[in-house]
Amino acid sequence: MKETRLGEFEEVILLLVGILGEQAYAFRIAEEFESQTGRAVSIGATHSTLDRLENKGFLKSEMGSSTPERGGRRKRIFTITALGKRVLKESRDFKMALWGQYPAFAGKLNYEM
Amino acid sequence: MARNKIHPPRLAQRLLRTFLRDDLSDEVLGDLEEKFYLTATRRSQFKAQLNYWYQVFHYLRPFAIRKSKPTYSNHFAMYQSYFKIGWRNLLKNKGYSVINIGGLAVGMTIAILIGLWVYHELSFNKYHKNYDRIAQVMKGGTREGTLFSGGLSLPYPLIDVLKTSYAANFKHIVEALQPREYILSSGETKISRTGQFLGAGLPEMLSLEMLRGNWNCLQDPHSILLSASAAKALYGDADPTGKVLKINTEMDVKVTGVYRDLPHNTKFHDVKFFAPWELALLHNAWIKDQPWDNHFLYIYCEIAPNTSFESVSKMIVEAEMKVIDKMENLSELIAQRPRIQLLPMSDWHLRADFSHFPNYGIPDSGPVRFVILVATIGCFVLLLACINFMNLSTARSEKRAREVGIRKAMGSFRKQLVSQFFSESYLVVIFAFILAVTFSFIALPWFNSLADKELIMPWTYHWFWGCSLGFILITGLVAGSYPALYLSSFNPIKVLKGTYRTGRSASILRKVLVVAQFTVSVTLIISTIIVYNQIVFAKNRPVGYTQVGLIMVQKKSNDFYGKTDELRNELKKTGVVEEISESGGPVTNVWSNNDGFEWAGKDPNLKHQFGTLGVSTEYGKTVGWQFVEGRDFSQEFVSDSSGIVINETAAKDMGLEHPVGEIIHWKNRWWNVDKDYKIIGVVKDMVMKSPYEATLPTIFLLNRQHSYINIKIAPGVDTKTALEQMEKVFRKLIPSAPFEYQFADQQYALKFAKEERIGKLASTFGTLAVLISCLGLFGLASFVAEQRTKEIGIRKVVGATVIDLWQMLSKDFILLVLLSCLVASPIAYYSLSKWLENYAYRTEISCWIFGIVCLCAVIITLLTVSFQTIKAAMMNPVKSLKSE
Repeated sequence: MKETRLGEFEEVILLLVGILGEQAYAFRIAEEFESQTGRAVSIGATHSTLDRLENKGFLKSEMGSSTPERGGRRKRIFTITALGKRVLKESRDFKMALWGQYPAFAGKLNYEM
Repeated sequence: MARNKIHPPRLAQRLLRTFLRDDLSDEVLGDLEEKFYLTATRRSQFKAQLNYWYQVFHYLRPFAIRKSKPTYSNHFAMYQSYFKIGWRNLLKNKGYSVINIGGLAVGMTIAILIGLWVYHELSFNKYHKNYDRIAQVMKGGTREGTLFSGGLSLPYPLIDVLKTSYAANFKHIVEALQPREYILSSGETKISRTGQFLGAGLPEMLSLEMLRGNWNCLQDPHSILLSASAAKALYGDADPTGKVLKINTEMDVKVTGVYRDLPHNTKFHDVKFFAPWELALLHNAWIKDQPWDNHFLYIYCEIAPNTSFESVSKMIVEAEMKVIDKMENLSELIAQRPRIQLLPMSDWHLRADFSHFPNYGIPDSGPVRFVILVATIGCFVLLLACINFMNLSTARSEKRAREVGIRKAMGSFRKQLVSQFFSESYLVVIFAFILAVTFSFIALPWFNSLADKELIMPWTYHWFWGCSLGFILITGLVAGSYPALYLSSFNPIKVLKGTYRTGRSASILRKVLVVAQFTVSVTLIISTIIVYNQIVFAKNRPVGYTQVGLIMVQKKSNDFYGKTDELRNELKKTGVVEEISESGGPVTNVWSNNDGFEWAGKDPNLKHQFGTLGVSTEYGKTVGWQFVEGRDFSQEFVSDSSGIVINETAAKDMGLEHPVGEIIHWKNRWWNVDKDYKIIGVVKDMVMKSPYEATLPTIFLLNRQHSYINIKIAPGVDTKTALEQMEKVFRKLIPSAPFEYQFADQQYALKFAKEERIGKLASTFGTLAVLISCLGLFGLASFVAEQRTKEIGIRKVVGATVIDLWQMLSKDFILLVLLSCLVASPIAYYSLSKWLENYAYRTEISCWIFGIVCLCAVIITLLTVSFQTIKAAMMNPVKSLKSE
């Protein structure tokens, strides 16, 4: 059976793929992760997660164009699948529901999307 | 731009490639490079490098690592199939297989035999544990302005000097007499064996394997150390220790030790017993009184630890000169400025054969040259066989282009085809090797008699199997590489469509190989014929005396002396002896060379050496020498005691027009003479030394010191009865010695043994080389005929006759063979002229030899090729054109 739960790191990466759009390939994602979170991450770790997400069916990929700074090598561009989007949404909804049940914060937060 | 200068660390890249999945390499390397340049511009180059490594290690994750390929679980089945197909291929073309395997096996057999022989020669004397520390002391000096060395006979006082002043350089140093035959008698058993008197340190020095007694067994002056074979001949299987025996009926000794016989490839192999030096001194008191200029002693030594031959040689070089420098009466010797040197054991056999020039001491590198020559021939024959093998394999494999095409179309990988072809070639090589080992085992006794050796198959030697394995690997690889690598690269479409043609390069290579092959064969054949010519030429040389019925008896012990007249009378009485005489040496050698001869008109600067032989009056009648001038010695003339007979060469060298009657003055210390001699006769040159060398100028004179008895059997008397009669006489008069004799003609024949051996070896190898080459040619011819079947068919239809076709097919081969004759003739001429230069009495190399050999080569080629070409030419064109 396919694993469908999403870890924290996985969720962030999935979101970053969505954010970067056409530029979502391992190196850029790792860079973006670093600049967004301030946490260091290796390309290998990012790539490994991307690969896992793809296997779970949350992402799909295809080879993109090449640029000279890559020594003329092509890059693999990742895009979120419908399943990926649904899982992200479910994750958010689930957390919202949890937030809603937390009395100290209930009603104080405004999270219009 | 900076980017051109810096580059991601290549080592890290290489590391990444070794483990990264292939399909990821593009994107990952790209990502890392982008990261690298970014870091390099934002931070520093070093940081970028470091980061690259960091990133690479972070790719060591399960998802990114290349999966190992699925392994074939049925390797065995695959190889089994290779060999099965190979086997079927061999069976399918039985003719080729037989030629191929047989030719290679013959070549390998020769290589094995020659390899054994060469190993035997190179391992000479290595039996002794101290092989690399043992040497013989030799002497050199200056003679007539040129340096010479190699004198193994040394003056007696030298041993004392070396033992006292230079003792620290030697672990052992032993004096020795030259080995010679002695009679050993124990009770009624008498045997004659070669033995040597030498110092007590020798058994330990030679690390003799003692069966009884120990290495100190020569300490007592009255002891003897027997070889196992001599002990067995004397005492059978009984324990000989403590038994008493006599050497030459005059020296009483007790057996104190028995050693295992030394193997054939040792210098001391012929010596069958050792006796103490002290004993020799007791019975030959004169030895101790010999001055510096009498050379007769051998000295062997083992150098001390922590020294080398060079350092010891340097220490002792002046040993003699320092002592004799101030002495009187030695001016001649001092003028030579003697230099004492060491001759290491490793040089004894291969580089120091002084037997040819005992008087001049010129080291002869002949043996080692002979070893190199034979090894080269062996390599060439093996090469011929390998060339054959390659030629046939490649020729055959072209026929298999289709097979390759189909295999490829069916999905064979190239790698599998390569393995297929290699396994086939290895199959053949292994077969040939097994055959070759069998052949060599069978042929070894024959080879031993040919080469005069006692070689055995080294079944248990690692090096033998190692070399064999190496050879199998290399031959299989070389022979299989063409089909394996070239054929497997074919484009299946082209091959199957039939548009493929084998390149010209392949056929040119084949032609070159055929030419090389025949060059070697023709050279060998020409050489063989010239060697035989030389032997026949020397054999036909007039010997100058009559050998038939002439026997020689060496006076081996003192009991022979003083019986001359008695022997003569008794032998004459039997009626089987025509004449009997005595001489100072055998008729087949000259032992004594002397100078000191003066005659009227002699060039005073000339230092002339003459062979000198003391004879008894009847010598001439016994050997049957032939007079050119003058008369023989005679009992009737008392004055003949100062008469001499000289040979023609001596007369010529003296420059005397009418030598008979001329007076020669001879002063010589060793012969103890200083008087005038008159030449009474001149005889035709007798070939006493080597029949290949110029005759030595020789002087015959009457004296009383003789070591040989010469007997001429009466004509018409059967040799066997004559010998029986003579034995009776000798038994009666000299009971202490066994009756041992030599036939003059047999001794003379021995002089040809070495050259005859070379001739036999060369002719055997030459024949085999030709055989192998012809096998190859035969295979190639049939291949060509087969390949051109269609062409021949069409030609026949159009009207070509069988003769035309035969000519067409044979022409190519004849041209190749003629070309190789052209190459071979100068090579053979050059090398054989060099070889002939070794002989003073030599034949001319005549042109007809080359002509005849080339003609024979062409005829043999035609015969070989014709079988196939005529068969092809006779084929019914309907059949050949129909066949597909």
